[in-house]
Amino acid sequence: MSGLEQRIHDAVHGQTQPTVTVLSSLLAVEDELGYIPKEALDFVAGFSNATVNDVWAVASFYPNFRFEPPSEHVVEVCWGASCHVVGAMGVFKSVLEAAGLEDEGDTLDRRLTVRLNTCLGACSQAPVMSMDHHLAGRTNPDSAAKNVAHLLEEEAHGR
Amino acid sequence: MVVSFVEIGLEAGRRWQELTAGERPWIRIGTALCGEAAGAFEVTDAVESELASQGVSAKVSRVGCLGLCFAEPLLDVQLPGGHRIFYGNVDPEGVAEIVSAHVAGGTPVTAKALGYLAQNGSDAPVPDGIPDLDQHPMRIWEDRIVLRNAGNIDPMDIHQYVANGGYQALHKALIDLDREQTLDEVKASGLRGRGGAAFPTATKWSFLAGNPAPEKYVLCNCEEGDPGAFNDKNILESDPGTLVEGVIIAGYATGASKGYIFIRHGHNGPIDRCRAAVDQARELGFLGENIMGTDFSYEIEVALTGDSYVAGEESALMEAIEGKRAMPRFRPPFPAQVGLFGKPTNINNVKTLAYVPEIVSKGGEWFAGIGHDTSTGTVILCLTGPLKYTGMVEVPLGINLKDVINEAAGGVQDGKTLKFLQTGGPLGGVLGADSIDILLDFEILRAAGAIVGSGGLIAADESACIVDMTRSLISFCQYESCGKCFPCRMGMSHLLEVLERICRLEGTSEDLALMRNIGENMQAGSLCGHGQLGFNPVSSALRYFGPEFDAHITDRICPTGTCLAPRYSPAQTRR
Repeated sequence: MSGLEQRIHDAVHGQTQPTVTVLSSLLAVEDELGYIPKEALDFVAGFSNATVNDVWAVASFYPNFRFEPPSEHVVEVCWGASCHVVGAMGVFKSVLEAAGLEDEGDTLDRRLTVRLNTCLGACSQAPVMSMDHHLAGRTNPDSAAKNVAHLLEEEAHGR
Repeated sequence: MVVSFVEIGLEAGRRWQELTAGERPWIRIGTALCGEAAGAFEVTDAVESELASQGVSAKVSRVGCLGLCFAEPLLDVQLPGGHRIFYGNVDPEGVAEIVSAHVAGGTPVTAKALGYLAQNGSDAPVPDGIPDLDQHPMRIWEDRIVLRNAGNIDPMDIHQYVANGGYQALHKALIDLDREQTLDEVKASGLRGRGGAAFPTATKWSFLAGNPAPEKYVLCNCEEGDPGAFNDKNILESDPGTLVEGVIIAGYATGASKGYIFIRHGHNGPIDRCRAAVDQARELGFLGENIMGTDFSYEIEVALTGDSYVAGEESALMEAIEGKRAMPRFRPPFPAQVGLFGKPTNINNVKTLAYVPEIVSKGGEWFAGIGHDTSTGTVILCLTGPLKYTGMVEVPLGINLKDVINEAAGGVQDGKTLKFLQTGGPLGGVLGADSIDILLDFEILRAAGAIVGSGGLIAADESACIVDMTRSLISFCQYESCGKCFPCRMGMSHLLEVLERICRLEGTSEDLALMRNIGENMQAGSLCGHGQLGFNPVSSALRYFGPEFDAHITDRICPTGTCLAPRYSPAQTRR
């Protein structure tokens, strides 16, 4: 068993809640790996006594699943109406510029993924963004660009 | 070892006494999602390092949200036996002074204090020169039932919940009342579902109670994907015990064997706090076999879903718990007949169930005396947008919406004026600024083209464009359509296409009629509220702001200039 397969096996078998399903198994894999590799679709199908088609149907339905290895960091900008009405689009544009991207996606060096989130849940602090799932509120285009730069700098220092 | 409820209560009371009037000061920091976004974790770190470096002993707790989100990060200090004194918009650099002067020195930093909350049983004098927080505009309209403990107790410590009256309702239901009498209290309260449909809760429960099947489920819906609403997550982060107790009582009243609390994956604050509340309830014997020595046995499981707004629809929710694509089911059969895993099931929103303990404790009549007409009780509103005071308030139904916006929320900030209010989530509606002089009541708001819904109130000032806002809402609805019913799947896409055309100032004179036609088909041909109500954002916007649409279409101008700015939407869609 490869290292990847072992991690998938352990994540799926490590679920402690009573109700274990295709979706819960996929979420467990995503928590462990940050994405759903093809091997996980096969494994969850076998584990759940389902077809790969059934598993793919679930995986492709929920947009939180990604199917390629994650970048080192992820920045999300809230796209909800509360954030929209106080300038989320300007914040997102600024984040894209700081990341050197045209739209949602991964940077070529895979250091950063930028995506929109339908609601980060801190609407009273709009516009909200998150850096590696840590929330920052009351952002503006300037602070958002600084947050991105800071995240990438931290990584450089860490190396 | 089985410990009696009385002993648990005494131990909880002793611990609470130690916290509030013991040897050490108690510092509480709001760390719900709103606090986190404002920097509460950094403030917590600063507090802990200042206490260590100054050699000061104090208890530090991460609490939930007091509702005053505009003042986050919010920190308060309670000296032993004293009142709580709050500091708002705390930054990590300001923590040293609070620790040295107030926590160690016993003298509040009056100039920086936001206000105080007088504590029951404290004979300490109220602090000089610091305002009473209960007189703050955001708090004077409030009547806190669900939020009575929010921001007060540590959500990870069940003893703090018990010390503040927690689980007395369950004790009353199990020991003093029978299942039917418990249901009768809920019936007498007139409680209606707070998830959006406002269906009478006791009626819904009676469908399940009347089903003799041995295995039945109660589901608590905390999917809460509504942009602009965070009250469900906030309840779980601030006082998960109230919800867990409500889910247990619902199980008792309906004869269910198991409860599920359903939360979106990734919202770790609410998930962790809810799981802790369930585990601790089990440790104290409030879950499991023969609860409180009776023949009632019950379990609760916290189940997670992936990102899907429609997973908040009750039948799609069951599909998601079963691990499938979150798509609604045909009804009949209704969930009370054939529900989760084919078993009879009852589904309620977080807020609905969180009212139940207080209703059982104080009686249904008491609850029915609050509110307006058949809209009994309170409503938990999330105030967002460019308002002076953003946050969460719990106010009696029947309050004037104008007072909520102009008084409780302090009106629009920076001297601007309100243009519209978007209410009840993306499937709700908008109200023009001159139409908000109405009472908050399920029927009145619906007649005005808006709904109470999830309790989200998003304000917009004159710089916002109604066409752009409508496009944003429909863009969300299009993205979130599960795709099962084609009138919704295709209708949303077509609506978005038309709205984008209008925003590009390329709309045609037929476009409004075309959208109405699409909307009628969506309403008639969709299985769930997503498609049935999905035209609301457009129809309510047209109702109040027809001339602004005309300006885009006929005069080819966006009066605010908003529509011309770049706009982005998620690339990945459901397949």
